Amino acid sequence: MGAVVLRLRAAPAVPLEAPCIRPDHFAALSEAEIARLPVWHGSEARALGDFFDVRGGHADDVRVKGELSRVKHLGAEMAGGRLVIEGDAGPHAGAGMAGGTLRIEGDAAAWAGAEMRGGVLEVRGRVRAYAGGAYAGSRWGMAGGLLLVHGDAGDFLGVRMRRGTIAVAGCAGECAGAEMIAGSILVFGDVGRRPGFGLKRGSIVVHGAVEPPPTYRYACTYRPPHLALYLRELARRGLPIEERFLGGAYRRYNGDFAELPRGEILAWTT
Amino acid sequence: MSGAFRLVGGRVYDPANGVDGEVRDVCVDGGRIVASVPDGAPVVAVRGMVVMPGGVDIHCHIAGPKVGLARRLEPERRRRDVERRRVIPGADGPSVLRSGTGGTVPSTFTTGRRYAGLGYTTAFEAAVPAMGARQAHQELNDTPVIDKGFYLLLGNDDFLLRLLGAGEAGAVPDYVARMLSAARAYAVKVVNPGGVAAWKRGRTVAGLDEPVAAGGVTPRRIVEAIAGAVDALGLPHPMHIHCNNLGVPGNVATTLATMRALEGRRGHFTHIQFHSYGRTADERPTSAARRIIEYVNAHPELSLDVGQVMFGAATAMTADAGVAQRLHELTGHRWVDVDVELESGCGIVPFEYRERNYVHALQWAIGLELFLLAADPWRVVLSTDHPNGGSFLSYPRLIRLLMDRAFRDEQLRRVNPAAIAGTALADGLAREYTLSEIAIVTRAAPARLLGLERKGHLGPGADADIAVYRPDADIEAMFAAPRYVFKEGMPVVEDGEPRAEPWGRTLHVALAHDGAIEARLARFRAERGTLAPDDYRIDADELRRGEGVAARST
Ligand SMILES: [Zn+2]
Repeated sequence: MGAVVLRLRAAPAVPLEAPCIRPDHFAALSEAEIARLPVWHGSEARALGDFFDVRGGHADDVRVKGELSRVKHLGAEMAGGRLVIEGDAGPHAGAGMAGGTLRIEGDAAAWAGAEMRGGVLEVRGRVRAYAGGAYAGSRWGMAGGLLLVHGDAGDFLGVRMRRGTIAVAGCAGECAGAEMIAGSILVFGDVGRRPGFGLKRGSIVVHGAVEPPPTYRYACTYRPPHLALYLRELARRGLPIEERFLGGAYRRYNGDFAELPRGEILAWTT
Repeated sequence: MSGAFRLVGGRVYDPANGVDGEVRDVCVDGGRIVASVPDGAPVVAVRGMVVMPGGVDIHCHIAGPKVGLARRLEPERRRRDVERRRVIPGADGPSVLRSGTGGTVPSTFTTGRRYAGLGYTTAFEAAVPAMGARQAHQELNDTPVIDKGFYLLLGNDDFLLRLLGAGEAGAVPDYVARMLSAARAYAVKVVNPGGVAAWKRGRTVAGLDEPVAAGGVTPRRIVEAIAGAVDALGLPHPMHIHCNNLGVPGNVATTLATMRALEGRRGHFTHIQFHSYGRTADERPTSAARRIIEYVNAHPELSLDVGQVMFGAATAMTADAGVAQRLHELTGHRWVDVDVELESGCGIVPFEYRERNYVHALQWAIGLELFLLAADPWRVVLSTDHPNGGSFLSYPRLIRLLMDRAFRDEQLRRVNPAAIAGTALADGLAREYTLSEIAIVTRAAPARLLGLERKGHLGPGADADIAVYRPDADIEAMFAAPRYVFKEGMPVVEDGEPRAEPWGRTLHVALAHDGAIEARLARFRAERGTLAPDDYRIDADELRRGEGVAARST
């Protein structure tokens, strides 16, 4: 059973919505059936094969090539299999994914892994706003799984997150972990303003510069033993983590006292 | 409009004309039902199928500012329920079916399409303040297929309350006529009479005789004055009233007192389920459905729609802003509260009815009790108060609950047993609605109660709004996907799928009024409001396809 390879012939003039690109579904489909899957080109109903050359079928190992920054919903809702995007991905990549692995070798546009429930989403470049976040109106954002980002993250990283882990090797923008309900966000660079704003439970662990909001209270400085294990696991999975972070103490801030203050911001201190 | 054709071989349910499942042809010409068409006219074979007039929804919330706010409040429900633009080939060229979103509060296009998809061809928005009339009309203009209109909120109108407080009840009919005409509304809606105005000042009103405004104005006086005005003006639909104390345990006393206060005048009591509660010693709600329906059975001047609760997603959306506040406090869910200056209130809360919840199960059971204990289906209309008790999309399931006892019993076993224990359902109500009774409660009765002479029946002269269903042991499936729906003779649905989306009419009352009130109203609004009354007067050309319905001669 070989891999399915999709090659986008040319960047579409307007965004292409292609939630049909899901490795778990491709496992049951022939090459011709995959080419007939529906996509939306603006307001026009078209077939996947109108835009992509399709090679292979009946496999849940899928590679997608070409200028994909205008292709939306790549791997969204996928529940298994392996999808590799050989370049940049458009908005909503891996949104709502429940299982399997999605690897994006370039950058991911907004909403990467938004409301994901399981599986592993690895972005080798950077992610834009709302990665692992919640859509408007949703009570919960990311509810499970692992989101690994090798580059920087935009604003509202993991907003309203409920479970799972987000790890960002670079910096994160404003409002990281805002309104978090539970789960863990680890950032190895700086975070922008208002991290953990409105957070109920959960941990935001920052290794660069961080200023907790005024509704957080300093509690203590300590060496949480579980964190070292966590970090080693992330490094094992290929996230570039500097050696100096693997030991060290953290300043612990409890919050958010504007909400249910059962969460924390941990700021690495050497 | 359409050419002549003949529907052949269907079992026709047209209770307004005494037709109960007889096999007969239905002839259509020029968008109306006719006695006959020439022998060579095209034929649509519907042998063995059930033919009914198009459905008429007497009470729903589908247009106006509060509906727009609810759409904005619930993006998560619409995001997962998207209808894409479609192009349908046709004899006169392709028709474009616009895109839209669904959820409990669908967009305008989805609303028209989905009503038609159930065989409903007329629906009335039940609560619009005069200030919201323009937006309501714009949205109704944009709602395809169905005929529609709205009811104007007047039960907490500051000017009207002041007329009553000043002892000028005699001026109320002229004021009501003026407001209905200016807004191009169809009927008068009273919501929690006086109670919303009081709530806006931080008070709650518990009884019919509590003062709610200066000059000794009470809910009773408001109800009497408006019911009297509606009668005096000869409006086609009686006063449409949502009583005080909606949802409050023990509110049956207020509901019955309001019915008695009408003293023989006509009144349509809406979503009566929400007003049929008794109370235990520890303030828990109980069913008082039997007391309500026995009173209504014995009073032919009264009608009601049930406001059935259906399990699943709903949106509480009401001019009774205090109710929305309570629901928000109960659920912790986000809400919107809007003050409509000098006229009304407005509150919106996303909601979910659950089978195991005592109160929700009780509400579900009370609705069914009301249906099953009703003596006269001509005065008991099917509604969910869409989207308050559930979406109109749940009507097929509700019809099955009424027609299929085995299905009903199976549902009964799943809901909170403590809630069922005190209801007539626990005694095993055996009644199953017939197709003819369903035709009454979903089309013939609401059309008659609305005074719509061309709706709800299939006699010559009626609008050729026709629904054709394929018989199915699964009643829900049968009513969820009609074989055909015709609107004014045009096929708009086939096998549950849209085929065309013509524009329906907007129905409003055409009234004469003497205008004496105009100068006073202008002065009042200039002193107290931010808009002059003429700012929200609706001109005839603002309605895409308006049609005035004359008052009855009085
Ligand atoms: Zn209502």
